[in-house]
Amino acid sequence: MPTQPEAPTKAEPGRSGRTTASMTPIKAASFGYNQARHLLWRAGFGGTPNQIQTLLSWGPERSVDYLLDTDKAPFEAVRADQFDRNIIRPPTPDEQAEIRRARQSQNQEALARIQVMQQERENRDRLQAREMQKWWLGRMIETPRPLEEKMTLFWHGHFATAFRGVENSYHMFMQNMMFRANAVGSFADLLHGIIRDPAMLRFLNNNESRRNRPNENLAREIMELFSLGIGNYTERDIKEGARALTGYTFTDDEFTFQRNNHDNGGKTILGVSGNLDGDGFVKAILAQKACARFVARKLYAFFVADIPPLEATDNDRTLDPVARSAIADLASVLRSSDYALRPTLRRMFLSEHFYDDRIRNQQIKSPVQLVVGAMRSLNTPVRSLSALNDACDLMGQNLFMPPSVKGWDGGRSWINTGTLYVRQNILAFLLTGKRAQGYDPLAKTDERYDPMPLLSELAKASPGAEKDPAKVAEYLLKLTLGSAPESARSILSDFARSLNTGVTPDLVTGMLLLITAMPEYQLC
Amino acid sequence: MNIDRQPAFTRRQFLSTSLVMASAAATLPAFLNRSALAMMPSLGLSSMPGVPEDHILVVVQLSGGNDGLNTVVPFSMDQYYRLRPGIGIAANNVLKLGDSGVGLHPQLAGIKELYDNGMASVIQGVGYPNPNRSHFKSMDIWHTADTSATGNGWLGRYFDSECCGYGKGESGTPEKNGKPGAASVSNQPGIAIGRTAPLAMQGQAIKPIAFESEDLFRWVGQDVHKALSDPYHKLESRQAPEGDNSNAAFLMRTALDAQVSSDLIRKAVRQRPLVQYPGTGIGQQLQLVGSMIRAGLPTRVYYVQHGGFDTHAQQGGQNGRHANLLGQLSQAIKAFYADLKAQENDRRVLTMSFSEFGRRVAQNASQGTDHGTAAPMFLFGPMVRPGVIGDHPSLTDLDDGDLKHRIDFRSVYAGILEGWLKADPRKILDGTYKALPVIKKA
Repeated sequence: MPTQPEAPTKAEPGRSGRTTASMTPIKAASFGYNQARHLLWRAGFGGTPNQIQTLLSWGPERSVDYLLDTDKAPFEAVRADQFDRNIIRPPTPDEQAEIRRARQSQNQEALARIQVMQQERENRDRLQAREMQKWWLGRMIETPRPLEEKMTLFWHGHFATAFRGVENSYHMFMQNMMFRANAVGSFADLLHGIIRDPAMLRFLNNNESRRNRPNENLAREIMELFSLGIGNYTERDIKEGARALTGYTFTDDEFTFQRNNHDNGGKTILGVSGNLDGDGFVKAILAQKACARFVARKLYAFFVADIPPLEATDNDRTLDPVARSAIADLASVLRSSDYALRPTLRRMFLSEHFYDDRIRNQQIKSPVQLVVGAMRSLNTPVRSLSALNDACDLMGQNLFMPPSVKGWDGGRSWINTGTLYVRQNILAFLLTGKRAQGYDPLAKTDERYDPMPLLSELAKASPGAEKDPAKVAEYLLKLTLGSAPESARSILSDFARSLNTGVTPDLVTGMLLLITAMPEYQLC
Repeated sequence: MNIDRQPAFTRRQFLSTSLVMASAAATLPAFLNRSALAMMPSLGLSSMPGVPEDHILVVVQLSGGNDGLNTVVPFSMDQYYRLRPGIGIAANNVLKLGDSGVGLHPQLAGIKELYDNGMASVIQGVGYPNPNRSHFKSMDIWHTADTSATGNGWLGRYFDSECCGYGKGESGTPEKNGKPGAASVSNQPGIAIGRTAPLAMQGQAIKPIAFESEDLFRWVGQDVHKALSDPYHKLESRQAPEGDNSNAAFLMRTALDAQVSSDLIRKAVRQRPLVQYPGTGIGQQLQLVGSMIRAGLPTRVYYVQHGGFDTHAQQGGQNGRHANLLGQLSQAIKAFYADLKAQENDRRVLTMSFSEFGRRVAQNASQGTDHGTAAPMFLFGPMVRPGVIGDHPSLTDLDDGDLKHRIDFRSVYAGILEGWLKADPRKILDGTYKALPVIKKA
């Protein structure tokens, strides 16, 4: 009698073996519950049990293409008149004349009135910026095109511009529309677009750059933070780049090129010589191999794995070789497709590497990812966009207000003992309406969360299991954490025994409260 | 030897002792009660005035690159006025510091008062070789005390080196003076006020506690149902496997730290301050620090931040944007030391301010200043060596329009580590820097 072949032993996640560096597409047979769940979390903001099952039935190719074809899912378009473009605007000729007259005659009363009006405008603008934060959070919660919003968020962190340095909320909105329009388009378009973007031109002072006294801020950050990284350009490239960008400014809401303020002389930037203007400067950057590598690295760090920053890895010479080769692969796709993002992201989201055991459930959720993901995957009430927005701020991610032009560091920098409590508490708020002090007093705290629909997939797969507290605990852990550690299962079962009510909405909500407070819930 | 993490035993000990203290505190009037403290000598909570362990360092970070030349004004140098026609501070308005030829910005009246009382020192021309003009890089250089800006923070390394030394036995108790179990308060992590934990305080093993408001420093879920409290604490107290440096293990350790810290800190900041602080961001942050010091928290390092110094355009001179920022700093520091004096803690507290760089000597076309290099640092407290330390950098012998530094910032760090925190700077700062004498001779 032939002996049975030994059943392959399933590798314990994260315990044995090495992370695969393979960038070839995952086989349909390997795309199971955990993989579908992973794709929803990383390429979007998580999914419900039902959405996980849908992707599972579609298989990897169709699932990834669905996520990438953002324009195919119908959704309310963003309208340019969604926000008021005239809160901050240049004074009209009449107003200018009034200001001039008041100054000349030293009319203190008129001057004071003008100042008060100015302050009122600034206050209204700040309120509008806040409305924009809530609007964007809401859009991320509702969208059927999660990758579009996730990439918009990625570009916001990449070309990080802060409202505080722009002082014009509508310009921030315009930039946000530009990021969304090019979300999965082309990096080249984005880089050409950013040197025409009023918010960026103002944020990095290019509107104050003069032909005879160029301001180097934008030229430096374009190379250091947006495209090449330290070590891949010289101080001279910055000086010449700044000259190329002279004359790039804006009037009201429009980009303008001031020819008479542009330094038309010869320049050499990154080895390219000529009478380069801003676009010539951008082209010289895009021609650098380092550019595709830099962008691929940023995408990798955002979607695949927390890796140390470029400067901590000796320009990637000391980076983990598996990550390094994955980044090199993505960079070559980016280069060969002229910086098109769709094929690059497709390569990434389909790769075996992306689904490796040691890649899944290892990324620390950003605050926005945490909050939006909780609502999208657990179907909790939204309760208060204002409270969610405040919580994101406390957790270190204030939309339209990144800490600096470097964006958010991400990874472990999101976590400390203080932010951990905010993370636990905002989840408790979403699940129960219980609010920590400081949250929106107008929040809908009475709205009851019904967690029972989450269990329908469990009932379908294994009828009766939805009435067994231990099985419900295991199911919820796998749904929320991607795994069900034994220690947590037994603590949750003890909790169910202490209530002794059977599986009720209160028990399920209680279990979710506990699970979402677990350290592992911060991962996806 | 694994240096990636603190031995697990220490954390268990932290947790159990904090529970002991919480229950003791519940029955006794004072939060930090001597008999409760006596239960945990190994945690070093028995701070005693007068011993070096009792010293506290407060770091004030001025973010964005503070314009040093308009903070400590070299009014005796004509070149200053030539290069800053629009933003220079007139000589008759500066608050002159003796016959040093420099004076403080008129908004720094509070700091001038401390200076006149021998409680402030101005260290001139502080920087480092081959200065980097990127905010982030230069800030990281100051935080890591390393010109390649790699590795952990300098204060984090201080905590690491002082605390429960690796390879010194599982108890994690530092062997100070050869006596195991002798108190050292430095194994208590530092506290940063704000949303982010600064790199400077990130050690390999010891991470700072960071929070913005004490109300958010506990889990509200336990108020939903009493049955949730016990499983919650069990879930948060699970131990990460020894040697595991994954994100999951990192999160488990942080969750454990959060539980321990929560009780301690929320009780500390509930008191009313003894003096009125300004309502500004920096004022409120220093008020929190003042209340924690008053409550007797054993924390040795506090970190606060004051931002907005990136004055590329319209920075103003005697008045305006930069002047307002300096005024806020000065008033907050003044209130802080008044509070500390009322608490009789002033002699325990040294405050240091720094910024990632100064600004260019010449103003730019937008009535502002661009990123520069060397700048002055301030030290405050009754124990500092008062006065102006070092000479002002030349305004004519420039490096491509920038000041040449005269004192390496790591010499200042070394001076503080050696003179105030009583630590060996060579173990903490990579390389040997001559410790600048910054503390008053006893």
